[in-house]
Amino acid sequence: MNCENGSIALKLYVASGTPNSVLALRNLQTIIDDFLQGHHTLEIIDVFKEPSRAIADGILVTPSLVKLSPPPRISIIGNLSDREAVLVALDLGEPR
Amino acid sequence: MLGEAGIFVAFEENSRQITENAATFGWDLPALEKEKLFFLDARMSPDMVMSGGFDLNGMLASIVSKAEEIGATRVVFDSIDVLLTLLDDPVAKRRELYRIRDWLSETGLTGIMTLRASNDTKYIEDYGFMQFMADCVIVLNHSLVDHVSLRGARIAKYRGSQFSENEFPMIIGPRGIEIAKMDLSEPDYEVFTERVSTGVERLDAMLNGGYLRGSSILITGAPGTAKSSLAGTFIEAACKRAEKALYVSFDESANEIIRNMTSINIHLLPYVRSGILRMYSARTESRSAEEHLINIRKVIEEQQPGCMVVDPLSAMVKAGGHITALGVAQRLIHLAKSKGMTLLCTSLLEFRGEPFSEATEIRISTVADTWINLSYIAKGGERNRALSIVKSRGTRHSNQVREMILSDEGITLADVYTAGGEVLMGTLRWEREKAERRAEEQRQMDAERKRIELELADSEINARIQSLKRELEANRTELKRLSVDEAAYERDETQRLADLQGLRRAD
Ligand SMILES: Nc1ncnc2c1ncn2[C@@H]1O[C@H](COP(=O)(O)OP(=O)(O)OP(=O)(O)O)[C@@H](O)[C@H]1O
Ligand SMILES: [Mg+2]
Repeated sequence: MNCENGSIALKLYVASGTPNSVLALRNLQTIIDDFLQGHHTLEIIDVFKEPSRAIADGILVTPSLVKLSPPPRISIIGNLSDREAVLVALDLGEPR
Repeated sequence: MLGEAGIFVAFEENSRQITENAATFGWDLPALEKEKLFFLDARMSPDMVMSGGFDLNGMLASIVSKAEEIGATRVVFDSIDVLLTLLDDPVAKRRELYRIRDWLSETGLTGIMTLRASNDTKYIEDYGFMQFMADCVIVLNHSLVDHVSLRGARIAKYRGSQFSENEFPMIIGPRGIEIAKMDLSEPDYEVFTERVSTGVERLDAMLNGGYLRGSSILITGAPGTAKSSLAGTFIEAACKRAEKALYVSFDESANEIIRNMTSINIHLLPYVRSGILRMYSARTESRSAEEHLINIRKVIEEQQPGCMVVDPLSAMVKAGGHITALGVAQRLIHLAKSKGMTLLCTSLLEFRGEPFSEATEIRISTVADTWINLSYIAKGGERNRALSIVKSRGTRHSNQVREMILSDEGITLADVYTAGGEVLMGTLRWEREKAERRAEEQRQMDAERKRIELELADSEINARIQSLKRELEANRTELKRLSVDEAAYERDETQRLADLQGLRRAD
């Protein structure tokens, strides 16, 4: 897989407690478990708690997942239930 | 604008584009942006990936925090549909819109959502319910009529408030957005009995003193029949009375008009310089009649004229959309009346057998109080101008057709001759006048001769009377002498008889 020589930096913006955000957290966790296993950093930002950060980062809807590195920066919106789309966007291959 | 701060969430354009566009309306957004306005660039980046459902919870939370920071009370979601199309499910779309509504009422913010309107079923399924959801719905409309863009705004609903349900014309111009007010109240104007001069002495006389103040005058005629010239005399007369005036022209510049009028001894330039007269000229193309009216209204507010000319009104009306144009013409007249202005409009009228066709098309002729028609009468190898007063409400006016003569001295009106049912003008009139003059001279000479003859006869008779008198006198003298002789004779005779008797010693 691609991220062997470097880790992947992710940020997930959620509105804590709302169904889509809860789903997103769960879906992201399974992807991490299946593909990344420690080769990543993940920051979770609760927009309810830090509303100004989302605006500053250009995030509108929740949940939104942003891949900061490796470039290019990619943003994925939605509850990540379309797993294929997420994998393609993050350029992740076969599960370990 | 009212001193309240706001947040603009732009789903379609970035803040720079919006700021630039707003600048063309004269709105200084950058100045506002420093403290009162926050742009949230909410465009979706093209490389964004969709994966499953999302909601606006995060966005709304961010906006609330921003609103608190700048003290915003208003929020605009421009083209909310751009975002919501990402949600395939109509139920999800609806849920998010309701979320915005509930959020607005919770936070106490006033929100505007803009949305593209369309009649297709998909749209109605997705957004049709919004009409029921929102407290106030304004429907904007844009259409092309006769190649001219017409915009309209209509309030479809407004909870807890009275509103007019009609669609109102709307224009977007250098002063931003303006919506034409329709005056729905019944016409009720101050009326005047004062007369204002037409600027042509003879025409004043024909109209029993001039146009009524506060009335509307329509001058129709084919090209070059001197409609503008009559408008010019009217305006110049107002200026001479030091009455504020406004001359609105279409497709002819103020300078051209002023120059052309000097040719018939109308001098407007000094009045323009002193501010008594305001010339306003507009191009007809690419503006709707509605826009023209709004601009004219603004100039009226600035100038506050007592007399006003729109030359030609037909150009303004041509500026698109007959239905609106008619409304515009009528509203212009109502505007003038409500301000007590005397309004003179000219209108091009092609003579095609039926002389009043175009004027009736505009139908302004029914609204105008006075209607003067100018025409050409071609006869004897020349064209001459004829003026007739078609109507003039509240005025005992002449029904005579007059010849209108333009010269370096100005406009004058002359009688026309009708000979054998034909109207004579120009040279023919002149010839006719000469012939009549000659006949008149002849008549005068004849009369003089007759007078002399009669005088001669008179003195002859007098002389005869004198001689007869003398004869009579002589007769009388003779008669007297005769009777004196007779008396003397009788006295002598008596004496003689007495003497004789004495001689004879009779008793
Ligand atoms: N000094 C003058 N002596 C005689 N005729 C003149 C003189 N100056 C101008 N004219 C005539 O007056 C006419 C212009 O009249 P005017 O512009 O008022 O007509 P109009 O009806 O407004 O025309 P249009 O339909 O083109 O606007 C000229 O075409 C010319 O024939
Ligand atoms: Mg003219």
